[in-house]
Amino acid sequence: MRIVFEKRQEVSRTIRVLVPVLSLVFALVFGAILLLVSGVSPIAAYAAMAEGAFGDLQSLAETLVKAIPLMLTGLGVSIAFRMLFWNIGAEGQLAMGGLAATGVALYASDYLPGWSILPAAVLLGMLAGALWAAIPALLRAYLQVNETITTLMMNYIAILLVSHVYHGPWRDPEGYGFPGTARFPEVAWMPRIYGRAHAGIFLAIIAAAVLWFVLQRTKWGFELRITGENPKAARYIGIDIPKLILVAMLVSGGLCGLAGVCEVTGVMRRLQQGLTVGYGYTAIIVAWMSQLNPWGVLVIAFLLAGLLVGGDQIQMAMGLPAAMGLVLQGALLFPMLGGSLFAEYKLRIVRPGHQQAVFPEESLAKESES
Amino acid sequence: MNLSLFTSILTITLRAGTSLLYATIGEIYAERSGILNLGVEGMMMVGAVSAFAVAYHTGSLVLAILTALLAGGVLASVHAFLSVSLRANQVVSGLTLTLFGTGLASFLGQRLGPGGSRLVGLVGPSLGRVPIPVLSELPLLGPSLFDQDLLTYGLYLLVPAAWWFLYKSRPGLYMRSVGENPQTADAMGIRVGANRYVYTILGGALAGLGGAHLSLAYTKGWTENITGGRGWIAVALVIFAMWDPLRAVIGAALFGGINAVQFRMQAAGTTIPAALLNMLPYIATIVVLVIITWWETLQKRIGAPAALGIPYAREEKG
Repeated sequence: MRIVFEKRQEVSRTIRVLVPVLSLVFALVFGAILLLVSGVSPIAAYAAMAEGAFGDLQSLAETLVKAIPLMLTGLGVSIAFRMLFWNIGAEGQLAMGGLAATGVALYASDYLPGWSILPAAVLLGMLAGALWAAIPALLRAYLQVNETITTLMMNYIAILLVSHVYHGPWRDPEGYGFPGTARFPEVAWMPRIYGRAHAGIFLAIIAAAVLWFVLQRTKWGFELRITGENPKAARYIGIDIPKLILVAMLVSGGLCGLAGVCEVTGVMRRLQQGLTVGYGYTAIIVAWMSQLNPWGVLVIAFLLAGLLVGGDQIQMAMGLPAAMGLVLQGALLFPMLGGSLFAEYKLRIVRPGHQQAVFPEESLAKESES
Repeated sequence: MNLSLFTSILTITLRAGTSLLYATIGEIYAERSGILNLGVEGMMMVGAVSAFAVAYHTGSLVLAILTALLAGGVLASVHAFLSVSLRANQVVSGLTLTLFGTGLASFLGQRLGPGGSRLVGLVGPSLGRVPIPVLSELPLLGPSLFDQDLLTYGLYLLVPAAWWFLYKSRPGLYMRSVGENPQTADAMGIRVGANRYVYTILGGALAGLGGAHLSLAYTKGWTENITGGRGWIAVALVIFAMWDPLRAVIGAALFGGINAVQFRMQAAGTTIPAALLNMLPYIATIVVLVIITWWETLQKRIGAPAALGIPYAREEKG
């Protein structure tokens, strides 16, 4: 007996919908086992997570606070993934964006009028993220250097650089030795909507709309899609692939940098520890689960942010590790990855006896010969 | 340079390079069979936490090392199942494995202490240095090469064995053929899927062992983010080594050496900020990768197995 895959005539829509649902069930069951082993009731833990993430306006605002950087980095990563450029450097690009915005917020008020501080921080932060992404992009586009490794190494460098800056040169002299910069002047604050949720959400929605429009309606978006789906064809029709990689990565890094700007100007209002908490890595899951669709990125980012806030919640309320959120994300993505095969293929079990019956004439001919 | 400084740098180099070399050889095997596993960092993390937890509770280092091998292997088998049987995207699957492994290790690290408490800061049994009589007394190299822990000695056997197996044995030939040209290998009756499973899982077990060296010998204890990107450096070292276990030794020594020099400079009280020194291994990885890639392009040959990262589907002849 053998199991073979048979290609379906067309992609099954039922399975497309079923896979994420079943994956969620799998992740919850896996998490439940882990919780049971830890001696905690899974139902109570999940209820606490859901309550903490979506229970009331305050918790929704906290979920939004985590969703904003996930949305922006998710959008950034997905535009690079479309080109099959594996940008896992979102974390470092976010850090550099935050660093540049901090520089503007702390030191530009002597030279610039107050109203222009926040826009300048946004622009410079995006530029910093884009430039940080440009290094691996140039190396990949013109020297074929593996971008997975370079983008990741750039993360470690950026995180060390940022931590050096707020421990050393930019540390608040009146901070009683606390590692972090001084609080930003009010002109550099991203306006808040409710609780800590800030206007960055509008930037994320605008970014998603622009990306969607560009991908669906412009020549550049078409080139981007065709290069990702079929690089050979793209080369034949004369697309300048290195240039495309570079521009896509500038956009990708810029969006990740914007996420960093939002974190320092909207949430922390200073640069301190806690800027790089892994949004850039979760962004990869966001991008993949949303199948690189900009609107999908927004939805998935919000849901995963709920998982993170829920994880924090059970840490505070029940003393469980917040890493539970990370574990659940992994347990969610594994079956989704595996399951996507079944939308295109179906399983067929081939029995040994079955195969002979396929060629009745042949076997009859053999019998008559003998 | 005086002799004692040389000896001390070489000793630290070997100790810092051990976990890297285990993980790198493991990944070389996985990639030679055609499976790209970017989950090395996650497997090392889980190897490190499980080894330390077992050593702490049972006091047995042998059990601890076996657990790390098993944990790395089990995680790798998830990746193998997804990429071999379900033909999932190997880049995304490997990344997920790293995220999952990091999260799981952090979760376990906060639960596996006595009575469900944290493992951080606990002191458990560790792999001590075992000087080999006579050899460790040799001038210059003796104290560095032959006064190390057992896992470092294990490499003296593993590296030549891994090289011999890869290039001189029949199963090694099968492994390479499955990674270079699975269609032909399949036609010759070599089981592509089975080979890929075996070497991916073996690679994971070795990554777990590398993690165990960190928590049992190098840092002696569990800390969050104990690997500090070593899993990723191992992935880069595979390219540096051009998929050859012997060249991996040079790479691991180079990176272990950077660690050692950085350590000595900090101990000597340098004025260079610690952050800049800590960046060195990461900057070096990028620089080395650029040089290697550039050099290989000049040579018009890339050492990567031809079918690396491509799922093999028998019914779709390429």
